[in-house]
Amino acid sequence: MTTPPRPNSVYFFGTCLIDLFYPEAGLAGMELLKREGLKVVFPPKQTCCGQPARNNGYQDEARAVARLQLDAFPGDRPIVVPSGSCAGMMKTHYPEMFEGTPDHDRAVAFSKRVFELTEFLVDVLGVRLEDKGQPVTVTWHPSCHSQREAGVIEQPKALLRQLANVTLVENPREKECCGFGGAFAVRQAEISAAMVADKVASIEETGATQVVSGDCGCLMNITGAAEKSRKGFKGRHIAEFILERCHGR
Amino acid sequence: MAAEAGKMEFGAKAHTALNDPKLRANFRRAMDGLMTKRAIQFADEAEWTSLRARGAAARANALAKLAELLEQLEANCLRNGIQVHWAETTQEANSIVLGILEAAGARTVIKGKSMVTEEMHLNAHLEKHGITPVESDLGEYIIQLAGEAPSHIVMPCIHKNKAEIAELFHDKIEGQAYTENVDELTAAARAALRGAFAGADAGISGVNFAVAETGTLVLIENEGNGRLSTTLPPLHIAVTGIEKVLEKLDDVPPLLSLLPRSATGQPITTYVNMISSPRKDGEKDGPKAVHLVLLDNGRSRVHGDTELRDTLRCIRCAACMNHCPVYTRVGGHTYTFTYPGPIGKLLTPQIEGLDCAGDQPHASTLCRACADVCPVQIPIPDLLVRLRTESVRPTSGQAVKGAGSSATAAETLGWKGWTLLYASPLVYRIGTRMLGWFGNLMPSSAPMLKQWTSVRTKPKFAAKSLHELAREKGYCDE
Repeated sequence: MTTPPRPNSVYFFGTCLIDLFYPEAGLAGMELLKREGLKVVFPPKQTCCGQPARNNGYQDEARAVARLQLDAFPGDRPIVVPSGSCAGMMKTHYPEMFEGTPDHDRAVAFSKRVFELTEFLVDVLGVRLEDKGQPVTVTWHPSCHSQREAGVIEQPKALLRQLANVTLVENPREKECCGFGGAFAVRQAEISAAMVADKVASIEETGATQVVSGDCGCLMNITGAAEKSRKGFKGRHIAEFILERCHGR
Repeated sequence: MAAEAGKMEFGAKAHTALNDPKLRANFRRAMDGLMTKRAIQFADEAEWTSLRARGAAARANALAKLAELLEQLEANCLRNGIQVHWAETTQEANSIVLGILEAAGARTVIKGKSMVTEEMHLNAHLEKHGITPVESDLGEYIIQLAGEAPSHIVMPCIHKNKAEIAELFHDKIEGQAYTENVDELTAAARAALRGAFAGADAGISGVNFAVAETGTLVLIENEGNGRLSTTLPPLHIAVTGIEKVLEKLDDVPPLLSLLPRSATGQPITTYVNMISSPRKDGEKDGPKAVHLVLLDNGRSRVHGDTELRDTLRCIRCAACMNHCPVYTRVGGHTYTFTYPGPIGKLLTPQIEGLDCAGDQPHASTLCRACADVCPVQIPIPDLLVRLRTESVRPTSGQAVKGAGSSATAAETLGWKGWTLLYASPLVYRIGTRMLGWFGNLMPSSAPMLKQWTSVRTKPKFAAKSLHELAREKGYCDE
């Protein structure tokens, strides 16, 4: 896809998980965009991308919820999403979900307007970050859907590398799934537990004091397991992490 | 197997596997090695992209013309002197193989590696009728000695480490001293197998690709056991699924490159056998008779659905399982049926029925690691979602076996409630406000939270949602 010209305004899709559990990450994402001189609009009708229903086999339900998002984000403004998973859902699955329905054309058009947050910051806005924070060592956790569905791999790391006082240590098992998988964490609780235990151990081995990610599903899983097993690292959403560094907090 | 038994087994077997540190370590070590080797083979992204596109196209083309190509394969095999048999079920295939062996008076059989004969449980069938099959692939030989099923489709005994194999050989091979020296272990198996090759009345093998335009059976292997099994005994029976057909000989090279590189990280296998006829007049070796048994066992039904048909592109390289975070942790035996890992949880429920193996499509985080490495571009995660859909709400057209079997009133109601919440801005606003107020009062023992909090802390609802905060900060204004 060719990079669109720099717009004057964008929509922000907050995601259902951020809405209820990590609103600060959503606010940080909007502020990062606003700092670049963009008008940021958060349509209040938005809810969820519909992925939970789709992944569990409830396609009519997924479409009903997805259709509301098609309604909530009219026009041609880019839609910026602080989650690789929700962005992947909207980019790759909306067109196929609405195939053969009257909403297909607008679902296709919608999907082309969707950008994962770091993708938008790097590829469209070309942001330059000034690090005002204290030295810190972090590692990056890419969500599976961010890497393999939304196609966002280098952008978040490029942002972290712009921060002068941030040392980014790579996790050799970075690409491996953390074991969240939505309902999987409950349906296959023991396998999920084994996966997240390994993920937590691999993060701990990097020596980082924080794991930064672009997806709150993974973060809820990883930091929840790290807290329960009293590991020494914290988890942050990349929007919140970057904004804090830029504010020198 | 009873439908319910199959369904219950995945979780129970996963539990056992997860609590077996030795098994976990064996799989982790082996899969790490295989992933590294594969990555070296496909370091050139452009070459990988174009080669897999050719591989996928060759397989998709063959499936698009499946009926026509199978007829052509049969005609050309017959012309070459290869006798062709069709089996709709595994029982039929077993009867055909047994019939051929009995007609030839065969008592001992040497076998090359074949997953389809595992699918048929052929060895047990032959033994029941007084015929002794000996597996000649080293991995298969080991698990036959152990009385186990393969845990991986390319490396059947990958679940065992050196010490376990040393112990097994010491126990089962007469006069074999305990040794962990790999060369000595291999030599012991070789010595035992030489006699079996020489004395076998018949050889049985699988097929990697069956070329319709020439009637050629392509068989790849590393140990030479495939070549010996198919040339030394006077009778060779090749058994394969109907989907293994390719249209042209030209379709073989890209797949011949993709398969070993994806499977074991080898540029090519040590042996590539192109079997095109029995021994001809004047030839000094080769079997006097060659038979090809083509097994359906539900494949036609899979083929009938144009989306699920992609399942049949599989060339059995096992890259999907080598890269699967679930398979790596639970191992192949957890999957109960013949084919484990991502391709197994896609294929098995379609063959055995969703009522029998309906848990398997859910044993995935849809992480897409499998789709990333599949050399024939099977969209495994998307097809798993299709099966999840079929299990709760069958779509029209060619229904999947056991479709609709997982639908429960409670789950349907749950999703109706979910839709009510997320498909209406007003209900969402009220509902999420309530969750913000009262959500954190939910006890950790509540359904779903119980499993979640077994190894994680309880997620905390924020005092104010992003919707509320965005409104306060003026982001909701156009």
